[in-house]
Amino acid sequence: MSIISMRNVSKFFDDFQALKDVSLDVAAGERVVVCGPSGSGKSTLIRCINRLEAHEVGEIIVDGTILTDAPADLEKVRGMVGMVFQQFNLFPHLTVMDNLCLGPRRVLGLSDAEARARAMSHLQRVQIPDQADKFPRQLSGGQQQRVAIARSLCMEPRILLFDEPTSALDPEMIAEVLDVMTELASTGITMIVVTHEMGFARRVADRMVFMDKGEIVEIGAPEDVFNAPKSKRFAAFIQQILNH
Amino acid sequence: MKRFLILASALLLLSGCSNNWGWYVVDPTTNTGWANLRFMASGAYYTIIMSLTAIVISVVVGLLVALPGLSSKRGWRMFNRTYVEIVRAVPILVLILWVYYGLPALSGITLNVFWAGVLALALSDSAFQAEIFRAGIQSIARGQYEAAQSISLNYRDTMRYVILPQAIRRILPALGNQLVYMMKMSSLVSVIGLQELTRKANELVVSEYRPLEIYTVLVLEYLVLILIVSAGVRWLERRLKASDT
Repeated sequence: MSIISMRNVSKFFDDFQALKDVSLDVAAGERVVVCGPSGSGKSTLIRCINRLEAHEVGEIIVDGTILTDAPADLEKVRGMVGMVFQQFNLFPHLTVMDNLCLGPRRVLGLSDAEARARAMSHLQRVQIPDQADKFPRQLSGGQQQRVAIARSLCMEPRILLFDEPTSALDPEMIAEVLDVMTELASTGITMIVVTHEMGFARRVADRMVFMDKGEIVEIGAPEDVFNAPKSKRFAAFIQQILNH
Repeated sequence: MKRFLILASALLLLSGCSNNWGWYVVDPTTNTGWANLRFMASGAYYTIIMSLTAIVISVVVGLLVALPGLSSKRGWRMFNRTYVEIVRAVPILVLILWVYYGLPALSGITLNVFWAGVLALALSDSAFQAEIFRAGIQSIARGQYEAAQSISLNYRDTMRYVILPQAIRRILPALGNQLVYMMKMSSLVSVIGLQELTRKANELVVSEYRPLEIYTVLVLEYLVLILIVSAGVRWLERRLKASDT
């Protein structure tokens, strides 16, 4: 039984078609890595799952809920789906602690003490409990991204979407974020990760998805697709990344 | 700035020696002069209270008008544009006269001078506040909305906890400008008889026949008030900045 089911999804930005008839099923607990050249639609793909982008054609079902603009459905789906952004998107005017507590307090209705306790446990999990009272701009990029991951976790999502979580980071900070993500992957949460980190994909992914020009070109277990790419486009893409 | 002020006051004092000036009307060392000064300064009460009340109302109304201007729905945006264009096109003095003399005839609601002044100033300023808020809110990166959506915050909470606190920090200098502007424009309410600074000065001129000196003191009164407001706004800016570093 798949927790996410996309059926023949298409998405347009004016005349540009970002997704072309994409179908994808993700099982609960599965870890999917999506890669592809820029402009291939990989970010759009995951942004459709929590409806930051609305698809025009096809159907997306998240844990039994069909995605539409109906507020109740949106609320249900977004409550279940967390997202980590390339640019972190922390709230700059709030402390780390307040960034983490906002959702639990306002959306889940937790008390102040409960929210703080939950926030602290997730900060410990991403290994920065001592930064709780700082503001985002006082932290390094890697620390900010770990705060962003903790903020998502505080909502206790069943699905976590990562939109190029390490692309805005300095090289020496990429590892600390990937470590946290690897640890998360072992907990059984469903993860869809858009990334160019092929080492991470090999280590963690159950399935690799390669996209190009709005289509899923290749899909399969990492060892299969890496060792024997079926399409020329994916073979060329791997070559480029590995030679880089 | 400082040098300019010293120069200006030196010039005033020097010219005070000539026959054209009669500083006695506002000379604090004489009884009448002191009484006249106190009479003039007592107008500050209404100038301050009216400006502050009006700015609070205009900020609230401005925000309520700005939000539909950011909507994706055309009808809401039209409401915002129409309000801003119409209100912005009416001169403040005309609005004051219309609210005080026109509104009672139209609606049967009679406002006293104070509330007529507040309403006219607030209404007039709200169109500008709406534009300021709209620009401020639009300057917040889209990622902030997306992050708020990703943790399921509804529209109201997104605005209240995420967008507005950031927008207000950015537009604070502009809001300070509007408060200064409001204090100056409040002088126009003297035409309907509110006993604020300008009205008091006018009344004194009528009885003392020394417009030059009295209006000079009036200029200084506004200058002092507005310098205080500017300092207050700068203090607030510093404090808000300090609170998130």
